[in-house]
Amino acid sequence: MKRRDFLQGTGITGLVLFFSADQGFAQERDRPDRPNARPGYPSDFNAYLCIAPDGRVTCLVGKVELGQGSMTALAMLLAEELDVALEQVDMVMGDTDLCPWDMGTFGSLSIWQFGPVLRGAGAEARAVLVQMASERLKIPVEQLVVVKGIVSRKGDTSMHVSYGELVAGKKIERHLEKVAPKPVSAFKLVGRDTARKDAREKVTGKAMYAADMKLPGLLHARVLRAPVHGAALESVDTSAAEAMAGVKVVRDKELVALLHARPDGAAEALSKVKAKWKNPVSDLDHNNIFEHLPKTAPKARSLAAMGDLAAGEKAAAQVVEATYTNAYVAHAPIETHAALAAWEGDKVTVWASTQAPFMVKSQVAEALGLATQQVRIITPYVGGGFGGKSGGPQAVTAARLARLAGAPVLVQWDREEEFFHDTFRPAAVIKLRSGATREGKITAWNCNVVGAGDREAVTFYAVPNQRTLSAGSWQGGNPKDMHPFAVGPWRAPSANSNNFAHESHVDSLAAKLGMDPVAFRLLNLEEPRMLRVLTEAAKRFGWVAKPAPSGRGVGVACGHYRGTYVAAMAEVAVDRASGQVQVKRITLVQDMGVVVNPDGARQQAEGSLIMGLGYALTEEIPFKGGDVLAKNFDTYEIPRFSWVPKLDITLIDNPQVPAQGGGEPPIIIVGALLANAIHDATGARLTHLPMNPVSVKAALKAKG
Amino acid sequence: MVRSLSFTLNGKAVKVDADEGRMLLWVLRSDLGLTGTKYGCGQGQCGACTVLVDGQPVRSCSTSLKAVAGRKVTTIEGLERKDGLHPVQQAFMKHHAFQCGYCTSGMILASAALLEGKPKPTREDVAHHLEGHLCRCGSHPRILDAVMDAATGKGGGK
Ligand code: FES
Ligand code: FES
Repeated sequence: MKRRDFLQGTGITGLVLFFSADQGFAQERDRPDRPNARPGYPSDFNAYLCIAPDGRVTCLVGKVELGQGSMTALAMLLAEELDVALEQVDMVMGDTDLCPWDMGTFGSLSIWQFGPVLRGAGAEARAVLVQMASERLKIPVEQLVVVKGIVSRKGDTSMHVSYGELVAGKKIERHLEKVAPKPVSAFKLVGRDTARKDAREKVTGKAMYAADMKLPGLLHARVLRAPVHGAALESVDTSAAEAMAGVKVVRDKELVALLHARPDGAAEALSKVKAKWKNPVSDLDHNNIFEHLPKTAPKARSLAAMGDLAAGEKAAAQVVEATYTNAYVAHAPIETHAALAAWEGDKVTVWASTQAPFMVKSQVAEALGLATQQVRIITPYVGGGFGGKSGGPQAVTAARLARLAGAPVLVQWDREEEFFHDTFRPAAVIKLRSGATREGKITAWNCNVVGAGDREAVTFYAVPNQRTLSAGSWQGGNPKDMHPFAVGPWRAPSANSNNFAHESHVDSLAAKLGMDPVAFRLLNLEEPRMLRVLTEAAKRFGWVAKPAPSGRGVGVACGHYRGTYVAAMAEVAVDRASGQVQVKRITLVQDMGVVVNPDGARQQAEGSLIMGLGYALTEEIPFKGGDVLAKNFDTYEIPRFSWVPKLDITLIDNPQVPAQGGGEPPIIIVGALLANAIHDATGARLTHLPMNPVSVKAALKAKG
Repeated sequence: MVRSLSFTLNGKAVKVDADEGRMLLWVLRSDLGLTGTKYGCGQGQCGACTVLVDGQPVRSCSTSLKAVAGRKVTTIEGLERKDGLHPVQQAFMKHHAFQCGYCTSGMILASAALLEGKPKPTREDVAHHLEGHLCRCGSHPRILDAVMDAATGKGGGK
């Protein structure tokens, strides 16, 4: 598709500037194996900005605002380069009719990837406008200044013209090839604490989420769901529900839905439906899954093979072998999946809570047998995603039901459905065997990953003899009988599981050698950025070197994720009687390259650490016979106010390295960080996540 | 049973003809069109649906219409004052005490109620008061900062 054709549909005039807003986009464009990766979209840009005759600047990108603040940061970058006020910039995000194609919003990469090019685009647009102003005002470009979108002569504002006036009645299209943004030293806005653009709407209740959309004639739907995964519907009796005033029953193959003008009306109707199901036989549960996974995993991939393991072990004074496991965990955003679908002729529009509107567009088109142009997805504010809203099954349901009912239909999962349909972080079994010399040099590292996936599966320590195998993935492609339900990306996929295993194991080795765990790490690390965050963290925390267990309850862990380096130290208190772990403080040091938006980055780091407390201490999906036994927040415990430790977060500004992803890295180290601190407090080594009171007590008892 | 019930909503008298056993959350969101009050769990376990009834925080997902008849209900839409945002709203803005914003209405209303009864709480008081409010984004430290800041502002004789 051509740029011009794409723009035709949007009805935009003024100055339009097209650009590709991340390096990955251009690379992907040239992949011959994905010729139809973005059907119906131009392939030479993935973002554009326009300056309208009213002077407002609109930037259109396929990313969405999940809470990570990209709406504000992207607008800030543009306002900075264009010399307009932040209030003059509108972001249109995740609307598949107006925005160019985007893969989806994952891991808060938006700001960091889009940053440089977005700035370039702003700079280019400003140059075009200043040139036009120069012609209009008959003043040379060098003598012009721009303040809040108004161009005038330096030190003389009597002759001026606004961006809006310059573009009125025109249609100017430019395509950006090269980037020449302002030097960082000239920034007026970027790098400062700025009020988030979504702040006022969010504190006044005006922010609209998918379930808040209203349309005349709207019907709310509740869908009959199988009691356990894999159950087949044998018979259904909807007569009692049908007898209720205002209820409409819709049936289409396996889909049985109850529609009502009010959400609670639909729920009541659903409760009156009698269905008979044939449940599959499954004796899998959250305990025996760890024996099941290695048996059903696909063939392992070799991720690292270096040196000679046997020789490495021979050189070692101590060899440690252990198996680390972690439970399935849920995303559990407070906003459950929701979507409103409305048909107009043969075109359907769906407002959906999703991280990947363009993917949902394809899903809806495919499921309903439509051409992609017949589907438009609009993404309002999303109430948290964390990887769990990477698709849009609820959008498909809403579109189907709206077609069948001939009315707009809103689907919002209840909490039980949210747990049932979630794509969990996979349970994992990671076997590690490694050895080190008396002096503390790791000489052998043999790692076998099942279930977690490949990211960060290879050790970041400098080990001459190493091997890493990985089988199964959160990305799919697993044998059908491996997991009893769907798995998917969960904030920093793979890395949480792998880091927990690695950093626990390294601690065990250090303890076996009677070495201080920080000193032991420093001895085996080579990457200067990692060494720096670890040293800095030790300084800020006030780390006093001592071999574990020291009884103090302090622990350390470091990690790498997608170009960002993190190191943390924690202090915990373990109640031996109850098995409760209270985290008293965490010191985190993060090197993420250039820090564009310090407050936003800090906010993401805080969120990562706090969310991490959950998978480390309590979060686990209990299940049996295909049923997800987590039904609500009383059967699935997530972090609360009383858990929150004192946080000391330092972002190292590293101008040598371009901005990296910052939304996820700190979460990966929380498991090992707390396991190591618990070990230091008690001498008990926990190798399973979550480390809930029951398992802490069991570990204390086993230790004696 | 369908009845005509009256209560005060954000300072204005309202009358709804509805089954008195229905939960206030759905009446607010779908009958009265006030969507700032959110659904998160439906069982009183997350706090997203919190509203004030006669100044006290209640979970609207588990509060029947009958229970609020003749009483004063305040939702997030009614917290704003003539002279601007409520101090707690202002403090939430200032501290960015939200990310996705989905838990925010409930957090703000519960905090406003706390400060009404206890203008000078300790940080622990605030944490304790909000313990039943879940935030998956991990905005907790900023929420505590914001409420403490709002409290100081109040104490400062505003
Ligand atoms: S929706 Fe009412 S407490 Fe969660
Ligand atoms: S800000 Fe997202 S749930 Fe609290």
